[in-house]
Amino acid sequence: MAAPLNLFTVGQRAMSAQLVRMNAAASNLANAGSVAASEAEAYRPIRAVFATEFDRASGLGTVRVGGIQRSEEAAVKRHEPGHPLADENGDVWEAPVDENAEMVEMLDASRQYRNMVEALSTAKQLMLETMRMK
Amino acid sequence: MSAGLFGIHGRALEIRSQRIGVLTSNIANAATPGYKARDIDFAAALSARLSGQDSDAAMNGATRFRVPIMASLDGNTVDMATEQGAFAENAVAYSATLGFVASRVESLTRALRGE
Repeated sequence: MAAPLNLFTVGQRAMSAQLVRMNAAASNLANAGSVAASEAEAYRPIRAVFATEFDRASGLGTVRVGGIQRSEEAAVKRHEPGHPLADENGDVWEAPVDENAEMVEMLDASRQYRNMVEALSTAKQLMLETMRMK
Repeated sequence: MSAGLFGIHGRALEIRSQRIGVLTSNIANAATPGYKARDIDFAAALSARLSGQDSDAAMNGATRFRVPIMASLDGNTVDMATEQGAFAENAVAYSATLGFVASRVESLTRALRGE
């Protein structure tokens, strides 16, 4: 059985989950505009899907990355006969990455990460005050 | 925490401390699909605790799901502004309660020393 959750494990796991989310968005951004020789080979954006882990003993709920989902979006076909990766029709397949959506995703992840840090530091300060009480 | 020594403040501090955890859980799950934000109704928990319930029962009985201001598409009911406000309010109240407990300890030590 897993150890009961405390405030700090909740915070740590939430921050790692946000980091996974940010990494996924960064991978997508890095692959924006990359092309492949066929539709199957083209890069598809990934997304972290979060799930709650509830601990009945302490009444706390933390978050874990339930899985990484690959988007089903179709690759964008572009006619470019001069491209070295072009198929017999002269087409290349571009990764369907929406840069704006990825930027928003990253912004949201970093905001939530920061929120978590702030909440943790407040909680830590209160705990320290309680411990120092004589 | 001894009820006789700290009176209402000891119990209040317990509930405030648990509420920090519940609100932190909400903030942690701000991006989890289908997560339902919870909060402890402080007044209800405190009066249940003062009427003699043990701390787990009092806090479980007073834990409520938050009514979202606006429903989101993925079923998550965490509203960051609400959570941050509640967290700040709770932290200040925790500090205040801690102050009361500390001054109680101080007056007791003074009494023990016979100053």
